[in-house]
Amino acid sequence: MAQTQSQTQSQTTAAAVSGAPMIQLRGVHKWYGDFHVLTDINLEVRRGEKVVVCGPSGSGKSTMIRCINRLEEHQQGQIIVNGIELTSDIKNIEATRREVGMVFQHFNLFPHLTVLQNLTLAPIWVRKTPRREAEEAARHYLQRVRILEQAEKYPGQLSGGQQQRVAIARSLCMKPEVMLFDEPTSALDPEMIKEVLDVMITLAEEGMTMVCVTHEMGFARTVADTILFMDRGEIVERAPPLEFFNNPKSDRTKLFLSQILAH
Amino acid sequence: MASDTAASSANVLRPKRPPPWNDPAVRGIVFQVLFVAAVVALGIFLVHNTMANMERQHIATGFGFLGREAAFGIGESLIPYSPADTYARAFLVGLTNTLYVAVLGIILATLLGTLMGLARLSSNWLIRKLAQIYVETFRNIPLALQLFFWWGTLRYVAPAARQAWQPLPDVFVSNRGVTFPVPQSHPVLLWMLVAFVVGVAATWLIRRWARARQMRTGQPFPTGWTGLGLIIGLPVLVLLAAGMPLHLDIPHLQGFNFSGGNTVSPEFTALLMGLVIYTGAFIAEIVRSGILAVNWGQSEAAMALGLSAGQRMRLVVLPQALRVIIPPVTSQYLNLTKNSSLAVIIGYPDLVSVANTTINQTGQAVEGISLIMAVYLAISLTISLSMNLYNRAVALIER
Amino acid sequence: MTDATTQDLPVAEEIRPPRTHGIIAWLRANLFSNIFNSLLTLLALYILVMAVPPLVRWGLVDAVWSAPNGQACRAASGDAGACWAFIGAKVRFILFGRYPYDEQWRPSVVVLIFLVMLGASCNQRWWGRPLIGLWVVGLAAAFILMGGGILGLSAVDTLLWNGLPLTLILAVVGMAVGFPLGILLALGRRSKLPAVRAICVAYIELVRGVPLITVLFMASVMLPLFLPTGVTIDKLLRAQVAFILFSAAYLAEVIRGGLQAVPKGQTEAADALGLSYWQRTRLIILPQALSLVIPPLVNTFIGAFKDTSLVIVIGLFDLLGAVNTALADAEWQGFNIEAYIFVAAIYFSFCFFMSRYSQMLEREFNKNRRH
Repeated sequence: MAQTQSQTQSQTTAAAVSGAPMIQLRGVHKWYGDFHVLTDINLEVRRGEKVVVCGPSGSGKSTMIRCINRLEEHQQGQIIVNGIELTSDIKNIEATRREVGMVFQHFNLFPHLTVLQNLTLAPIWVRKTPRREAEEAARHYLQRVRILEQAEKYPGQLSGGQQQRVAIARSLCMKPEVMLFDEPTSALDPEMIKEVLDVMITLAEEGMTMVCVTHEMGFARTVADTILFMDRGEIVERAPPLEFFNNPKSDRTKLFLSQILAH
Repeated sequence: MASDTAASSANVLRPKRPPPWNDPAVRGIVFQVLFVAAVVALGIFLVHNTMANMERQHIATGFGFLGREAAFGIGESLIPYSPADTYARAFLVGLTNTLYVAVLGIILATLLGTLMGLARLSSNWLIRKLAQIYVETFRNIPLALQLFFWWGTLRYVAPAARQAWQPLPDVFVSNRGVTFPVPQSHPVLLWMLVAFVVGVAATWLIRRWARARQMRTGQPFPTGWTGLGLIIGLPVLVLLAAGMPLHLDIPHLQGFNFSGGNTVSPEFTALLMGLVIYTGAFIAEIVRSGILAVNWGQSEAAMALGLSAGQRMRLVVLPQALRVIIPPVTSQYLNLTKNSSLAVIIGYPDLVSVANTTINQTGQAVEGISLIMAVYLAISLTISLSMNLYNRAVALIER
Repeated sequence: MTDATTQDLPVAEEIRPPRTHGIIAWLRANLFSNIFNSLLTLLALYILVMAVPPLVRWGLVDAVWSAPNGQACRAASGDAGACWAFIGAKVRFILFGRYPYDEQWRPSVVVLIFLVMLGASCNQRWWGRPLIGLWVVGLAAAFILMGGGILGLSAVDTLLWNGLPLTLILAVVGMAVGFPLGILLALGRRSKLPAVRAICVAYIELVRGVPLITVLFMASVMLPLFLPTGVTIDKLLRAQVAFILFSAAYLAEVIRGGLQAVPKGQTEAADALGLSYWQRTRLIILPQALSLVIPPLVNTFIGAFKDTSLVIVIGLFDLLGAVNTALADAEWQGFNIEAYIFVAAIYFSFCFFMSRYSQMLEREFNKNRRH
């Protein structure tokens, strides 16, 4: 069954992934004081490509994707997103953040606003959308993540899985070109992980460019075009899922896989 | 108890009532009755003693003294007063003085505290450290000591009028107080006030219109700057249109004192300074912890959505921070109002001062102190109630 | 990717982190990171340069450290420097007031006793019965030493208990006796019996709604009236009662916060085990509630310590009162600033260290608590 799944998957991805690179990281280095947290990161993510990043904690995977929307600053190297280079230039940063959506491990929904208001806040104030249009779009995305009936509730009234789905919808309302996921299911109780992963799989099938940091290897197998393994700040291995899981090249990768897959 | 002949078909079994001495309901009532009786008994005992003692010492009772002539002067007052007025009017003077200092103090302390609280969070190390020194110094020294310090400086260290300090042009600090220029009374001031009110109203209307337009078309409008321009600009326009007839009454030395301008006494200045600096330090800490209390993840989510720094502050961080800040700050406002009673130690005639003099003259301590406590209680309860209402209105809704 | 072993590739050593050390980098990051900050830094430096050198000149360079009287002091410094000689001449009066000069070793010992007790209470390992015993013994010793009349010590009237010992006694005894009272009030406020709750709420809101000065006035003036004819009450005792009643109300609110924070499951578990109300409160609820609110309790004590300075309005002379009396000396006139700085330093030391201690406690408690 795994064979046919990946066969169909590689067919769809081959069609969806186009040539132009959405995200480029070239020779990126980052230090926290003296601690070298990212070492010589080189990465290219093409439009429609799904990249899953895994690795032990402290490997720098979250730091790396947070550099992509400038929640963290890199000290050396180049990061280019959708043709715009990320520097301290505030105009570039704001333009990038409009096109890059992010889903956080702890959801970070705004507790003083309703679900609907959470979704319409950025379109109204950043994209200058009229309220009616913004609300229509918001309801559309709430429908897509299957949570429309909670539109008037406050985040404090929802479960973890519901909140994360709202968070995904909130990012989608800005119609981003790329979606970043920073361990989106790590803070959820087990029975809620599936509902969030289902939404992410649907998103992937519709052709969204995704970079996802996660420990969910089943998800990686199903969705990823490329899997990156990071350890101690470096990209140690990068391969399509089949090769990655069945034929890892580095010893460190083998060690990690043995730890994470041995249940 | 066993079966009813009423409509219910099933037998309704009720648990048996326990004997009264084991019944918690009965025990509760008995305990309360005893408790209240004890409190009342204590009350009666105290009242009886008080009446006996007062009679023995020939102290009058009742509030009749309020109608008698006060026969003492009051150093400064917002309303006209002379020693021939009644005690009731003296109390009124004290009350207005207290409210005057309290309201002014609250406004200034909020400004200073907010500024210092933000300074504590600044990315500039020097500003941060200076603000920290301010907060730690003035929070850890008793207010009474601070008041004595400021008052002592203004009364004894400040020079006589002839050698007065001049921190700003035409502002003089001497042992008579602080003398500063004021605009001379002129009808145009009234028109400026009208223009100010019009500016405020116009800003409010513009805000409503701008919001509606943004909801409709998505286009934002710079309400803040426009409002600021109107509120400041309209009165200025009125002034210009009238041909700038305002003259400042500038104080100048005449003999041993100043004439012209306005002088506030060292007592008032010291009290206001002490209250504002002391309470400002506490408010600074509250503002700082309020802003820090908002999860950094909220800012990150706002950044990730592309909101600018200003929008982030206004729409996400401040609404959440204010919920945490306002209850303790209200508490500080209450403290400032109560601390204004320290005026008695430096001789500013606030409510407690006046009441103190009255008590000394009439010997009617019970009535005098009750009056003071009633007034402060009224103020406290009003502020507490408003804060409770505000809290309930903005509480974050959770499961 | 090569089959990377655990050795670092030599290439990594050629790449250095950008200079984050060194004075220049620190200045750029912290003081001059952008235009606004640079302007602020310059403004702050300007103010410091204007204010600090004259203060240093006044306080240290031109200051006079010993002189026989006020006039000589002023002459020696050319009226341009601080007269710390005033402090030197008056320090015993400032600290102990009008307490008999020869017996002033007694209040000194009392201050030491208090410092030892407060210091011992900081160590969490010693919290428990022995500490309470230490406090009882310490307070008893303090009162015997101050008042005398027994054990061969000469009697000293309470009106002569001035200065720092009075401040400590009023604050500490006020909190110590107010504490059990506050617990009862807090429990009463949460009681299900409406009469009890109403009376406790009324007391707490009444006392918290009025300034401390009025409570002091009330105690000073009205307490003698409340007592049966002929019974007199010591002035110090009146002030102490005022502080006890005042502290009790504020402590009640702090303790109530702690009681609210104890999870409901604790009460249910205690009930399920068959404990009575008082057993449950004493053994399960109160210990948890109190440990939750230790930082606010310390802050309340800091407040009480500062509030003792108000007894000057009823004619008692604590530390602040003593320094004001010292300033009235005809031979040393006009040294208010030096005197107040000295006393401010004493108050500041106590309060600052207590607040640091409370912050440290808060950090430790947050560490141990799973959020």
